[in-house]
Amino acid sequence: MKKMMSILLALALSLGLLAGCGGGNGTPPQSGGDSSGGEEAAPKAAAFKLGGTGPLTGGAAVYGTAAKNGAQIAVDEINALGGIQFELRYEDDEHDAEKAVNAYNKLKDWGMQLSLGSVTSTPAVATSVKNFEDRIFALTPSASAIAVVEGKDNVFQMCFTDPNQGSASAQYIFDKGLGTKIGIIYKNDDVYSKGIYNTFVSKAGELGLDIVSTTTFTEDSKTDFSVQLTDAKNKGADLIFLPIYNEPASLIFQQARTMGYSPLYFGVDGMDGILTLENFDTSLAEGVMLLTPFNADATDERTTSFVQKYKELYSETPNQFAADGYDCVYAYKEALEAAGCTPDMSAADLCQKLMGAFTTLSFDGLTGDGMTWGATGEVTKSPKGMVIKDGVYAGMD
Amino acid sequence: MKKISGTTRTNLLTYGAVTAAFVILQLLAGGGHISSSLRGQLVPICAYVVMAVSLNLTVGVLGELSLGHAGFMSIGAFSGVVACLGLENLIPAAPLRLAVAMVIGAVCAGVAGLLIGIPVLRLKGDYLAIVTLAFGEIIKNIINCLYVGLDDRGLHVSFLTNSGDLHLAPGGRVVIDGPMGISGVAPISTFTAGFVLILVTLFVVLNLIHSRAGRAIMALRDNRIAAESIGIPVTKYKLMAFAVSSALAGAAGTLYAMNFSTVIAGKFSFNTSILILVFVVLGGLGNMWGSIVAATVLTILPEALRQFDDYRMLTYAIVLILVMLATNNPAFKGLLLRLRNKLLPSGAKKRKGGRADGIS
Repeated sequence: MKKMMSILLALALSLGLLAGCGGGNGTPPQSGGDSSGGEEAAPKAAAFKLGGTGPLTGGAAVYGTAAKNGAQIAVDEINALGGIQFELRYEDDEHDAEKAVNAYNKLKDWGMQLSLGSVTSTPAVATSVKNFEDRIFALTPSASAIAVVEGKDNVFQMCFTDPNQGSASAQYIFDKGLGTKIGIIYKNDDVYSKGIYNTFVSKAGELGLDIVSTTTFTEDSKTDFSVQLTDAKNKGADLIFLPIYNEPASLIFQQARTMGYSPLYFGVDGMDGILTLENFDTSLAEGVMLLTPFNADATDERTTSFVQKYKELYSETPNQFAADGYDCVYAYKEALEAAGCTPDMSAADLCQKLMGAFTTLSFDGLTGDGMTWGATGEVTKSPKGMVIKDGVYAGMD
Repeated sequence: MKKISGTTRTNLLTYGAVTAAFVILQLLAGGGHISSSLRGQLVPICAYVVMAVSLNLTVGVLGELSLGHAGFMSIGAFSGVVACLGLENLIPAAPLRLAVAMVIGAVCAGVAGLLIGIPVLRLKGDYLAIVTLAFGEIIKNIINCLYVGLDDRGLHVSFLTNSGDLHLAPGGRVVIDGPMGISGVAPISTFTAGFVLILVTLFVVLNLIHSRAGRAIMALRDNRIAAESIGIPVTKYKLMAFAVSSALAGAAGTLYAMNFSTVIAGKFSFNTSILILVFVVLGGLGNMWGSIVAATVLTILPEALRQFDDYRMLTYAIVLILVMLATNNPAFKGLLLRLRNKLLPSGAKKRKGGRADGIS
């Protein structure tokens, strides 16, 4: 009893202390930073409340922060145009299902009308169930697992679905006759990497591609690839398929060169941005091929303006997550306009209208032209084939 | 006689307080007076309370430091979810199915606790702590390689590297997909189920502590040599406490997993074990009340600190340090004792604080 009393009192004291701090804090700084929008402060009565969760801290923070920043740029641009107004709020989910549901509920208390789901797949599976129960429409920028949208009529994806990518890559390699003996290195505790791997293998089986070496790594072992590369080399793989992100890929290139092994490399959208990776010797990536919906080095006007803005505000090159976040907000804008929605509508009404609007929408964004959505919520867009030549991306035919 | 009735009264008070908290929260929730943020946390809080109380049995009552408690939670979580899905057609009523799944989760985790306990409990002190830590990680890694599928022919289990190798009949589904864990399960855990589990846990733990076996366990904690010399079988009682503790953790795992539609083995890492240990240490070793309060407060706290944005976890750590310092400050403790004596003069029986007094 005594202990309990002491705990309670200590907590009361420390909470009091916190409350003091909180009061001093007053208005929490709006995400987006100083120069993002001069007009940000005035909370417009007629703004759609747009909320999302993503890992803003912890190991996966790079994805959550990118999606959030991308979405923020789009929101600032759209708000500056007049017309439809958005109020964006991102909550941290630490790439954890429990925290994501907490964050989602926090957003619900805030009065979220439209949801950006979660950035990463595992949390997104948990929050999309809530979206479905609460009838709050969700468009996730980058949670690519099928379980996110499966059986939920009001959850949509902006990202390229994993199965689509894996089979497209296998098809591409087969059509172009790029390799006869294929090695694969993938990250087996990552939904993204594993999802692509699974469909790549089944498609390769159909096409009769010869996979000679399959090796894996995990979050804990993503720095040394000598075992995987030796395996591929010994089995004579002449093309290595890498359904992974650019950081481990850069190490693989480096270590393969050290051991004097030079196969062809084939990557997917996680590989984009490798040329701008810090301290990366771009000559290592010479001849690397990748299928990706977004490419920060593209020269079209929208991409260059987005990349420039992103660099100005956050002093780094946007990756595919940032582009997905950006596209989500614009897709919302178009769908809301098409459905004639107004910010005073309830989340459930908006959900009803948007479900109709999204399935009839054809959207041009940074990550693809003419994107359409099926009733399942999966997006259809075509990947772009890129090859790295002389340190820059060039389109493959 | 008087002593026993006193114990019973304390126990009843504990059940009563938990029930009262439940009823009050249910009434508030019914009237829509609590935020959805808090409402969403009720089930995880229940799971963490059960985890803390059960770990307290190992750490506080048995006196052995265990750093792998989350491992048992994950066994309960994964076996419970598989049981839940397997029984979907057999038991259509969700609450009953959840209860059965919890029992299965508890049994699986209890058996694992027993098996792990046999080698582990031969060790003492720091060595035991490190080995439990290792077993927690082993459990996590095994589940990371585990593939389980379900179709009309039954369960398919594999340790292969791909869920495609399960040879499922058409219409079958992959339940546990290695490192990707379980996803897309309809959540059926409710606050009521969590509350019942807390009551059951308290009932089991409190009765164990106040039984003959419990006194033997505490005797082992206080002086192992003396206890052995009067003929208390060390292994038996240690295993008893350890297995009961892991079984309860398993039930908590099932409750936790069935509250989210997805669960991955990585969630039940070393960090979660430490988190539970923090609840126990903060609440006081051997103090079940303390565990309940600490688990509740420390689960809510990070959410309550969301206004601090990026500094949230830093603030959380600072609060934790302050609380630990405050609760261990003799002057502060003395102040509280005086305060209590003033407020409750009748109940101010002088007790010999610390871990020996079990339930205070």
